[in-house]
Amino acid sequence: MVPTNYYLILSAILFGLGIVAFVFKRNIITLFMAIELMLNAVNLAFVAFSQSLGKPDGEVFVLFVIVVAAAEAAVGLGIVILTARNRHSLNVERVDLLKL
Amino acid sequence: MTAPLIIFFVLAALAIFGAVSLILQRHPIYSALSLIVVMVALAGLYLLMGAEFVAAVQIIVYGGAIMVLFVFVIMLLNAGLEERTNFSGLATYAGIPLALAVSGFIAAAIARSGGYLPAPAPSGALTSTKTLSMLLFTEFVYPFELTSFLILVAILGAIVLAQREN
Repeated sequence: MVPTNYYLILSAILFGLGIVAFVFKRNIITLFMAIELMLNAVNLAFVAFSQSLGKPDGEVFVLFVIVVAAAEAAVGLGIVILTARNRHSLNVERVDLLKL
Repeated sequence: MTAPLIIFFVLAALAIFGAVSLILQRHPIYSALSLIVVMVALAGLYLLMGAEFVAAVQIIVYGGAIMVLFVFVIMLLNAGLEERTNFSGLATYAGIPLALAVSGFIAAAIARSGGYLPAPAPSGALTSTKTLSMLLFTEFVYPFELTSFLILVAILGAIVLAQREN
């Protein structure tokens, strides 16, 4: 069997890469993808702990996380379409109305 | 090296490759395809752990529905190459230390607590789809019903947001 630590380390690596993508990318759609990547990393940790502790609760939580991610993607991409329509750009740095 | 370990390393390398490719690609459609690679690799890892229902949901909902939504929006907005801007210095000077710090904290926590984690159970036996559904409709029935409200609200929100105002 694969040790649980390996899954957790992979999860941490994927989460870190998600943060890097979120901070470095400028395209608003790619930022959403970075959020999905981080959610996926957390899901991996959930399933690893669930299998390691012998309780299926973690997998139920993963299902909830997937539902929330789907809802977030639907609403978030609606906002992206609206922003792109108003600003004529997908660059997040052009969305600066709240900036001082 | 046993077979599960080899499969794990192949899938983990595929997932990390996809995530790095998501960062390096400058066109959003290539980033989306890289993310699909990550999701399929993670579904394989779930199968390896014996969580077959989660693996199926991962493929259907994440790899299917959500990524199709992303690709649709990318093509709808005709997203081109990412613009390079010169005032993203904060990202360079705060982003790398931030990512390193978070990854370091998580890795330190894993390294400190890792020895006490019990060994994984033999796969497939304890989290069958039946067990999962029993749990979902008995113990977690209120969160389950709340997610249906969440989806309803999300549908309404997406419709309100996406409609063209007169």
